[in-house]
Amino acid sequence: MSVEAWEPVVGLEVHCELKTATKLFCGCRNAFGDEPNTNICPVCLGLPGSLPVLNVKAVELAMFIGNALHCEIRPSLFHRKNYFYPDMPKDYQISQYDEPINVNGWLELPDGQRVGIVRAHMEEDTGKTSHMGGGGRIHDADHALVDYNRAGVPLVEIVSAPDIRSAAQARRYVEELRAILMAIRASDGRMEEGSLRVDANVSVRAGRTDELGTRCEVKNLNSLRSLARAIEHETERQVSLLEAGEPVLQQTRHWDEQAQKTVALRSKEEAFDYRYFPEPDLVLVAPGPDWQYQVALCLPPMPAERRAKLTELLGAGGPTAAQVDQVATVVALGLDTLVVEAASSGIEVPLALARTANEAAADADRAREVDRAAYGTLLRMEQEGMLTPTQAKAVLADLFENGGHPADIARRKGFEALGAGTVVAAVADVVSAHPEEWARYCQGEDKLVGFFTGLVMQATDKKANGKEVAAELRRLRG
Amino acid sequence: MNASELAGRVRTGETRAVDVLEQHLRAIEECDGELHAFLTVLGDTARSEAREIDRRLGAGEDPGPLAGVPVAVKDNLCTRGVPTTCASRILEGWLPPYDATVVKRLRGAGAVVVGKTNLDEFAMGSSTENSAFGPTRNPHDPRRVPGGSSGGSAAAVAAGLVPIALGSDTGGSIRQPAALCGVVGLKPTYGTVSRYGLVAFASSLDQVGPFARTVADAATLFDVISGHDPLDSTSLERPNPLALARLEEGVDGMRVGVVVELLDGADASVVKRVHEAAEALAAAGANVEECSVPEVSYALPAYYLLAPAEASSNLARYDGVRYGLRVDASSAEAMNGATRAVGFGPEVKRRIMLGTYVLSAGYYDAYYGQAQKVRTLIIRAFARAYEQADVLLGATTPTTAFELGSKVDDPLAMYLSDVCTVPTNLAGHPAITVPFGVDDLALPVGVQLLAPALGETSMFQAAAVIEGAAPAGALPQICAPTIGAGPTSTRGER
Ligand SMILES: [Zn+2]
Repeated sequence: MSVEAWEPVVGLEVHCELKTATKLFCGCRNAFGDEPNTNICPVCLGLPGSLPVLNVKAVELAMFIGNALHCEIRPSLFHRKNYFYPDMPKDYQISQYDEPINVNGWLELPDGQRVGIVRAHMEEDTGKTSHMGGGGRIHDADHALVDYNRAGVPLVEIVSAPDIRSAAQARRYVEELRAILMAIRASDGRMEEGSLRVDANVSVRAGRTDELGTRCEVKNLNSLRSLARAIEHETERQVSLLEAGEPVLQQTRHWDEQAQKTVALRSKEEAFDYRYFPEPDLVLVAPGPDWQYQVALCLPPMPAERRAKLTELLGAGGPTAAQVDQVATVVALGLDTLVVEAASSGIEVPLALARTANEAAADADRAREVDRAAYGTLLRMEQEGMLTPTQAKAVLADLFENGGHPADIARRKGFEALGAGTVVAAVADVVSAHPEEWARYCQGEDKLVGFFTGLVMQATDKKANGKEVAAELRRLRG
Repeated sequence: MNASELAGRVRTGETRAVDVLEQHLRAIEECDGELHAFLTVLGDTARSEAREIDRRLGAGEDPGPLAGVPVAVKDNLCTRGVPTTCASRILEGWLPPYDATVVKRLRGAGAVVVGKTNLDEFAMGSSTENSAFGPTRNPHDPRRVPGGSSGGSAAAVAAGLVPIALGSDTGGSIRQPAALCGVVGLKPTYGTVSRYGLVAFASSLDQVGPFARTVADAATLFDVISGHDPLDSTSLERPNPLALARLEEGVDGMRVGVVVELLDGADASVVKRVHEAAEALAAAGANVEECSVPEVSYALPAYYLLAPAEASSNLARYDGVRYGLRVDASSAEAMNGATRAVGFGPEVKRRIMLGTYVLSAGYYDAYYGQAQKVRTLIIRAFARAYEQADVLLGATTPTTAFELGSKVDDPLAMYLSDVCTVPTNLAGHPAITVPFGVDDLALPVGVQLLAPALGETSMFQAAAVIEGAAPAGALPQICAPTIGAGPTSTRGER
């Protein structure tokens, strides 16, 4: 099989759960991980007689997304997408169809490559079904439980043009998109919690032809890793079919994480007829120029701009390959302001960048909340040699976990080195104050080391290093 | 006794709300066995509501314009903790956890909800024969239908079991039964009355409205239930129109257009009554002229594409998963199918299939898209008509009440009952039917007034004039003896 002769053509559909306080059409809490069926009401349960009322905050976040992706923001309509599914309370989904709020934008990858954005529209999420019994397999289950907490949570579906040409590029696209969505606080970016869900439309074509092949839609891509693996696998599968002279059938396929392959869900002929029609319970959403202007004005700096800023801070030598990765990491995780602030208080940029891209990134959620002054102090302590790199990392972990002042943490951990003269003086004082014990120690009663050490600790407010005290005692005994 | 008289007596302390309620509960007890206007009668909760009204009056408070007035509510309006069936097996046993906005507003005005009335299943029908719980009968002739779909509310008001009631009108479901039962029925401007808690049939056409025995009562009830509701996105943000306050202003100089298309195909006795009503308006100073709105003849076919399309989607949620009927089966899909097969009646299934087809890929443009264009044409046609007229006049229904069973096997004949009422729903405009005498069989005839959007006030003024000039009606064969004379004889005494 010669994959080289073939080129994958990929378009991605990214579903982003908006971080609003309440759901899209009712006042219920929008939160992940609460007790099942606690954030529900007549509206998001689709009870007879209930009606949707659009959440203005969700519209605003959708407009932020449109702005960040260079889209045209337009008056838009909601439609009903009709199909039966137990975790969909009304058995239709309120979604935007042919008049979405955002159209015709683009996203620039870190390497400068642009991916077109066809549309980014609003819709509501469904509930979640758990199949019970039968070992968790759908067709063996004896009953199912449905949690409607997620039903009605606002989503924006961002549909890219088929401009992506490799699994790695697809991964970079989602990483960049995630960084943008986090920058504008539309999303928490947590793929593992379903905050971002990706479907991939994959086809292949022989190199250098413009003709597109038949595409398959691959669903259930819950991580960047599975996204990349699924595109690689699907590309290989389609290439082997074509090389064997067999056609690729237009299908919806499911990524099986365990088997590491895509399996057919349904064919084009079995596709749902969604019978879209305009949602009569809602009116046109037409954000006026004032509102649009406000949103454009409030758009925070985008990841590309922030990467450029860090690169600039690194100075004329330009970043090393490792630093390019570090810059990408801290920006993707929204930690770059830690570096910028540390740098402005005189910390060396490479040090601030390294600690942030490695230690802070490993605990990103807490790092984002950390006290900025404390973070700066810690870096300064390391920079000035008061802490070794190993000690600094341990203090950092404690700082993220428990907060507090880095100097106190270092002291608690016994990292703060006293001047050698202080220890020598303290030991001399203690020895001269206890001549009897000193005589016994000199005659070989080694356990008295503990006695002297304790006294030295008392005298130095526990700042002395036990090993140094013992060494000084041995030196004096000769 | 009508609602304003009752409320007046309760507010002045002449009568207690609990006594008013007991009288009406007795009347329901005596008459409803034969009439079957009610699906649920609320004894205890109504009694405690009535006691609360009396307590507030005793404490010097004013409970509102409907103080102590018993009111019946169509069983497709949600009532907290009280069965709301839509006359369908599929919702049997479901207890809504909330009240419809209109029900809250009724209570806020001092009204006492005494029961839930029968209807065609999910408001789909024109005779109340499509109720899963058996038909309602016309109080004027128990062999005949009360009309539909709000047949229970119309019959209950006509028989004097309640002075006022709420219904819903998607294609004529308030006006047609009101006409057939000889009472006043109003379909308000779309958006003036909240739909929150009205179980949807066709969302872009549904509107809640009043039944009453007098135009003044209908205006009072309209004033109570109308007004902006933040829970309904299609609710209009505007001040309450207060139709009652300007009811008696008359029609001097008002331009009235008699729409020839709203008389086409109507029985001669009905046409005669409409012309008499027109003469009465002219005699009161209105400038009456004949006019033509040819596009209204396309309304019925457009309606029978749009309403089922929306219904097919609105009724999808009755899937056996969360509430109501569930017929167990081996998979969720099979359970869903079995539940709907058992739970829905034939007319509901017919409309779901029709609506599903209308929206299907490849047919959407030809049916749904085309019907939407017709809807736009009708709105434009009415706009032209209202350049020449302030209100329009026509028949409410082409015939008076027909016999039970006479049209159940012929859906198209049944659909024709709505031919004069449907255009208004497509336009989103208000219309009212006022009883105006009887036909040769002593069955009530209704005449219909139409107005442009938000034109309720002048429409009510014309309705009051027509009411004042109406010939004697007939006493219903089934009516409440304890509540004094029935509505038609009251009118006859004028
Ligand atoms: Zn809710």
